[in-house]
Amino acid sequence: MNDDTLTIFERSREGRRAFTPPADDVPQVPIEELLPAGARRERPAELPEVSEPELVRHYTTLSSKNFHLDEGFYPLGSCTMKHNPKLHERVAALPGHARLHPLQDPEYAQGALELMFRLQGALSEVAGLPHVSLQPSAGSHGELAGLLLTRAYHEDAGEKRTRVLTPDTAHGTNPATVTMAGYEVVKVGTNDEGGVDLDDLREKAREDVACLMLTNPNTLGLFDRKIEEIAEIVHDVGATLYYDGANLNAVMGLARPGDMGFDIVHFNLHKTFTQPHGGGGPGAGPIACSDRIEPFLPVPQVVERRGDNGSEPLFDLDVDRPKSIGKLRGFQGNFGVFVRTYAYIRSLGGDGLKDVSQTAVLNANYLKALLAEDGIGEYLPIAFDRTCMHEFVVSGRGAKEQLGVKTLDIAKRLLDHRVHPPTVYFPLLVDEALMVEPTETETKERLDGFARVIREILEEAAEDPEVARTAPHTTPVRRLDEAGAAKRPVVRWRPEAENGEAAD
Amino acid sequence: MLAAIGAGSLDQLFTDIPESVRLGRGIDLPDGLSEQEVHEELSALAGRNRHADEEVTFLGAGMYDHYVPALIDTLLSRSEFLTPYTPYQPEVSQGGLQVMFEFQTAISELTGLPVSNASVYEGPSAVAAAGYLAKLETRRTRLVASRGLHPHSRAALATHAAGYGMEVVEVPLTAEGATDRDALAAAVDDDTAAVFVQQPNFLGTVEELGELAEVGKSTGALIVCAADPLPLGILKPPGELGADLCVGEGQTLGNRLDFGGPSFGFFAASERFLRRMPGRIAGETRDLDGRRGFVLTLQTREQHIRREKATHNICTAQALNALAGVVYLSWLGKRGLVELAELMLRRTHYARESLGFDPINPGPVVREFAVRVPDLDGFVEKARAEGINPGYRLRRDYPEYEDGLLVAITERRTKEQIDALAALAAGAREEVPA
Repeated sequence: MNDDTLTIFERSREGRRAFTPPADDVPQVPIEELLPAGARRERPAELPEVSEPELVRHYTTLSSKNFHLDEGFYPLGSCTMKHNPKLHERVAALPGHARLHPLQDPEYAQGALELMFRLQGALSEVAGLPHVSLQPSAGSHGELAGLLLTRAYHEDAGEKRTRVLTPDTAHGTNPATVTMAGYEVVKVGTNDEGGVDLDDLREKAREDVACLMLTNPNTLGLFDRKIEEIAEIVHDVGATLYYDGANLNAVMGLARPGDMGFDIVHFNLHKTFTQPHGGGGPGAGPIACSDRIEPFLPVPQVVERRGDNGSEPLFDLDVDRPKSIGKLRGFQGNFGVFVRTYAYIRSLGGDGLKDVSQTAVLNANYLKALLAEDGIGEYLPIAFDRTCMHEFVVSGRGAKEQLGVKTLDIAKRLLDHRVHPPTVYFPLLVDEALMVEPTETETKERLDGFARVIREILEEAAEDPEVARTAPHTTPVRRLDEAGAAKRPVVRWRPEAENGEAAD
Repeated sequence: MLAAIGAGSLDQLFTDIPESVRLGRGIDLPDGLSEQEVHEELSALAGRNRHADEEVTFLGAGMYDHYVPALIDTLLSRSEFLTPYTPYQPEVSQGGLQVMFEFQTAISELTGLPVSNASVYEGPSAVAAAGYLAKLETRRTRLVASRGLHPHSRAALATHAAGYGMEVVEVPLTAEGATDRDALAAAVDDDTAAVFVQQPNFLGTVEELGELAEVGKSTGALIVCAADPLPLGILKPPGELGADLCVGEGQTLGNRLDFGGPSFGFFAASERFLRRMPGRIAGETRDLDGRRGFVLTLQTREQHIRREKATHNICTAQALNALAGVVYLSWLGKRGLVELAELMLRRTHYARESLGFDPINPGPVVREFAVRVPDLDGFVEKARAEGINPGYRLRRDYPEYEDGLLVAITERRTKEQIDALAALAAGAREEVPA
């Protein structure tokens, strides 16, 4: 019997192997002469010993236990699970991209640098801000870059500021980033319309505030109509306004963060620009900024150097930036992600990007309308009943009170229908929240199908809530003991004998 | 669809956006292209890069030209691995979660430390994350870093430390290109949160990690070792030599060069830091029927629960790249990793001897070494004309090694290729009168 939960380590049998080393063609000097005993490993690392067929089968079998975007609907709010065009993998794998060393001299990497330069220009146009750094590795890294830039900007002006404002609807990364950047978090409340509470903002926007971090549309999927007033309040006290680009998919070609008054923006290339999510990375989180922030951007910057009349432009890496915050990571950033993003932008063009946002908003509002119909709406009321942008939030309060099934139960039952659940229990200010983001790449039929499944789950719960409460029933495993996992963490495999010794 | 929404037009869905901030024109970018045209344009751009199959490259300095086995391409291109997100729903994510668990096990084995997370962005920012852990753990304000730490790691550490409010102090290298132990002893004090050493260091020197760790520990500082995971196949694991944390760049484990990313960073630690670690961690558990399963665990460390009190802000890790890492290590296997590392070790020493240049670090080196080259730029130019990229010019990061060249060796660099570089070196040595 082949237990499909065995780890690759448990499949190991002494002497098996997949790898054959290339011929060792240099003089066979004993290792002891090259490496002193004190530096040498005494026993080999206990890596698995497996054949290539078994290795391939192991990971293929594991892969079959994952639900994935190419299989079905994945309306995970705030994550923008749109289709990943297959062309992107092919162009990213071209040897000129995939096999290019990051320290190759710029004169031998002109294609890569020009691609980055053009991408900087495209992102700048989408953001409505003149300067771009591609370097940050992810959205959270972009946020940190934004606050480090803010700090450098204020310090350059001789100012010491200590606090950063974040709305109570903010992604958890915002407050975590604030602390890492050495600031204190101050929460700003939400008004009845789901926007920033302006009175609360006015009271908290004092001279010691460095920045307001904002998502617009926000995590409720709502566009803050008062964005210009917000920007004015923030700028009046000399603070910067930071745009968390997690929700940029709603507004491309319709409104630009720079035109709304934002000073710094990050892009999630794995959301808006369709870098495949990879099971949790890689991503990339480039930033765009205004002129006053530009001197502090990280190094290196990709620049175009114009030669004498008629000569070809030369793309280069500029490290001579005396006010720069320095480096956020190694080399130039996640170039492979830039290739995919650039391919995406070239495929769609300016009009195509606008079409993306319009369709994303259309799909979200259509799905919102379907979920407001009788038989669903009374159990899953919309949290803020307004026209939404690319996503919306419903509350599972009705289902919990009237049917005895919680948001978690509905989510788990969706798994039996081969649909990925929406983001659950976020944002925190909505009771039993379900945050739904369909994206523009879903058809009307997929959206209708999702509403139908939700209706079926609710009808089933009215008959017998136990089915949802004990769901899922058809997945490789049933609900897992997460509390137990956290209480007695087992975070690596050990041979049985060692586990026995370790047990308390 | 508009009828179902109750809207008369698409524009009606956007009335929340004030007129004054609307773009009111199209996005000023070229029109979209067909798939074929995009492929052609991207191919043309790619064609203007000289990649590692078009020259014999001795370039390393943090990323290396290793062979990536075909099965990695096969497995990583599976939609089941490529297109899901973070495993928030463990019942339909057992594949990804088990991969993380296996990855953590492999990293723990390599580093000699009991716990590892499921990966972070990449190497230098992993070093910076270790600095943040040291701050949370010790509440001290100084970070002491060897000049043998990768220049990008030192830079990233300084950039991030400016945020979390710590000072970074540098310890010089000796005349043999190793971390100066006496200078380290002088640099650490009661306010030092962590000491950072790289193994092998940026010049390729095998550091006397145990001794350096001892010096650092004398004042209660945490010992952070940045390591290249491949040489750890034959080097004593940092965890056995006193490192509290071992972090690093994972590109060498089955990842492409990709002009610098994406790759992955790893982050391993002593047991006592488990609840202070950044990033995702997979743990083993049971389901309702008692079946073995895996979940993301210890999430109360993480930003989506702990918010401003989180141990780090990272949420997206590098799951796909870490998958390549654990598949690569399983492909090499227990014995293959040793064989590969020994091959690199022998070829590295062979290359250093064959080149005959004055070594900057004459002691033990495992995959890279630095030499002084008379008329360095002329030598590089000549080699490039022969289709050889001879390595990395150190002066960009180390003005003290004005004529220094850093030469990297992998299993792809054959004796024949090394001999070709050595022949050019012989010519260069002869041209310069002694």
